[in-house]
Amino acid sequence: MIKDIKTALLLFLVLAVMTGLIYPLAMTGIGQVVFPHQANGSLIRQRGHVVGSSLIGQYFREPQYFWSRPSATSPVPYNGAGSGASNLGPNNPVLARHVAARIKTLKAADPAEKGPVPVDLVTSSASGLDPDISIAAALYQVPRIAQAGGIDIVTLRHMVQQNTTEPLLGFIGEPVVNVVKLDLALHDRYAAAHEATVSPTKGPPS
Amino acid sequence: MISTIILTAAVLLLTILLALPLGRYMHRVYAGERFWATRLMGPVERGIYRITHISVNQEMDWKHYAVALLVFNLIGGVFLYALLLAQGVLPLNPLHYGGVPSASAFNTAVSFTTNTNWQDYSGGSTMSYLSQMLGLTVQNFLSAATGITIVLPLVRALARHKTKDLGNFWVDMTRTVLYVLLPLSALFALILMEQGVVQTLTGIVRADLIAPFVSGGKTVLHQMIHVGPVASQEAIMMLGNNGGGFFDMNDAHPFENPTGFTNFLEMVAMILIPSALVFMFGHMVKAKRTAWAIMIATLVLFVPLTVVSEHFELLGNPLLTHLGATQANMASLAGGGNMEGVEDRIGAGASALCGSLATATSTGAANSTYDSFMPLSGGINLFFMQMGETVFGGVGTGLATVLAFMIFAVFLGGLMVGRTPEFLGKKIESFEIKMASLAILVMPLLVLIGTAAAVSTAAGRAGALNPGAHGFSEILYAITSPANNNGSAFDGLSSDTTFYNLITGMAILFGRYWPYLPLLALAGTLAGKKKIPAGAGTLTTHTPIFIGLLVGVILLVGALNFFPALALGPIADQLAPISTLMH
Repeated sequence: MIKDIKTALLLFLVLAVMTGLIYPLAMTGIGQVVFPHQANGSLIRQRGHVVGSSLIGQYFREPQYFWSRPSATSPVPYNGAGSGASNLGPNNPVLARHVAARIKTLKAADPAEKGPVPVDLVTSSASGLDPDISIAAALYQVPRIAQAGGIDIVTLRHMVQQNTTEPLLGFIGEPVVNVVKLDLALHDRYAAAHEATVSPTKGPPS
Repeated sequence: MISTIILTAAVLLLTILLALPLGRYMHRVYAGERFWATRLMGPVERGIYRITHISVNQEMDWKHYAVALLVFNLIGGVFLYALLLAQGVLPLNPLHYGGVPSASAFNTAVSFTTNTNWQDYSGGSTMSYLSQMLGLTVQNFLSAATGITIVLPLVRALARHKTKDLGNFWVDMTRTVLYVLLPLSALFALILMEQGVVQTLTGIVRADLIAPFVSGGKTVLHQMIHVGPVASQEAIMMLGNNGGGFFDMNDAHPFENPTGFTNFLEMVAMILIPSALVFMFGHMVKAKRTAWAIMIATLVLFVPLTVVSEHFELLGNPLLTHLGATQANMASLAGGGNMEGVEDRIGAGASALCGSLATATSTGAANSTYDSFMPLSGGINLFFMQMGETVFGGVGTGLATVLAFMIFAVFLGGLMVGRTPEFLGKKIESFEIKMASLAILVMPLLVLIGTAAAVSTAAGRAGALNPGAHGFSEILYAITSPANNNGSAFDGLSSDTTFYNLITGMAILFGRYWPYLPLLALAGTLAGKKKIPAGAGTLTTHTPIFIGLLVGVILLVGALNFFPALALGPIADQLAPISTLMH
């Protein structure tokens, strides 16, 4: 028995060092050398500043941007330091109230749109950090953005397409549109247009 | 639906294709054969034995093996508990978290040492990186390896005859970590990193928001993005059927499961080792056809229930259609089905599949919120656990429970024809049946008594988030999951209370170690018996009839024990008319 306890203690220490220190630190070393972009969070940089991660969604509420899915993180939506879901059951009246309110907000932002709203746009994701929306949810928002942002529909549809990921082999994953990258592209367009109107001497108006 | 069915078939097929060679490989490892792997890692293995004074050839009887396992687990648990309490003053703590409160530290230590990984804390905002690595990751490895050391003596008992020797616990533990879990995890972690899973010692990255917004009267300009050493932990948490995530939202977090491809591989990883163990059993006992019979019985139980779960998730929530949302899951536009608590890149169908795999195995990881599943789909998650982790089951413990059920099935078969039952050449007598029954019946007892205690006390009822039948499901789930060492949850339940810390902690301990001793005692007596050659009256264990009998026994025990409870929870919830909900 005493011998067993001694063996157990020694073996535990050896295996703990191997699996708890050597293994994760070696993986960190390899990750930092071989996949530095991914291992550090797939960060997007502009002019030396980190403006987000292509894997972590951001919150958008202005009509000229594509809106992400509702997020249940606290204290603010899309809190990248946490993650969280609503955990509301499918028959919970609170869920029905939330969804009804979200549908109302979407309709108010674009009164011309009469069709039913794609469901992922009015339900909160599991992580609260979902960077994607479905293609249906992106196309649903195109008319609103065209009007609010002054970009024609064909260009917008093209931008959506450029930021779409198709499922692997047709069945692994779902077709999705990355809202962070898409809105960043929109943001750059708006910034360029803004610069052009503010100082027209610097370049031709777009 | 079609693409989800193709996905399901692909996951199962790829798993079996990988499990076949892995099972053979594990057989050679545990037999101590000299081949490329042992030549490569042999020096490390011998080095470990030298440091720890383990003699490779010293075999143990069942009692010695049991004591070694319990002592080893106890040391691991105490170490983890101490580490969690002390993490505030230890290094590798970039976010400066304080020590974990003692009740929660105890619950976590018990939970991770037993492969349960029930988490009453929120991962991302509680644990220092040292705790994640030297605490939780270590137990992810060791608890999975412990699972395998639960089944190895039982398999050896069937392979050997007239002996007390069931193997050496220390050697089994070392070989499992060194030859099976570490290399597979390292390989898997590399693939995960390539796909976008983070692996760094940095704490938080600050991003300047593309479009700042106003929330609660304050303008939010930045997003704080939590990163960390995730890939190394994610790999073993799936392969080892642990399931305790690095971040709060576990496998739904984009840094744990960034793409459809990682989701696919993580699903395969959950059932890879449980399946490989079945084929390893076939090699060790020289009963390959019986191994296939187990595999087929598993699929017969798994596939129909999973397809039903996928169907209801893809159909969506009728309540939301009524409110003016479209849930059509169009192949080209996607995003359909019951999307509350589901990630877009994963989708409702794959979320249901992952839920089935995570509850059929003892993984308990979640790439979606099971609390928001359609009631019947959530109920199927529950039922997979309530079948006693036999459908794939946990790493090691799953096969061990299946073997107990098989012994039970040959006993029933023997009763029908009036012969002494035999299992793989071993006579099954009253002691074996008593031990098998004990191993099988502990769990239902824990779940039913625990749930009854929870719903009849105010402290138990106070935890539920959702009203009505769904609240009952939350409580039933919270007892079922720890008692089966699964660890998944209907997260709406507030489980970090004294009541739930206590009751889940007890369910975990009893659920893990109570069946363990009868199983080992069973191995002890089986090993001592001689092998009798199969005769004309022997019930062969690889025929369709036997597969049917095995499936029947598993279903019957699960259904008889739990149908009343399931009727009060998920089934009542699914049947609730919408009209009563709309006000």
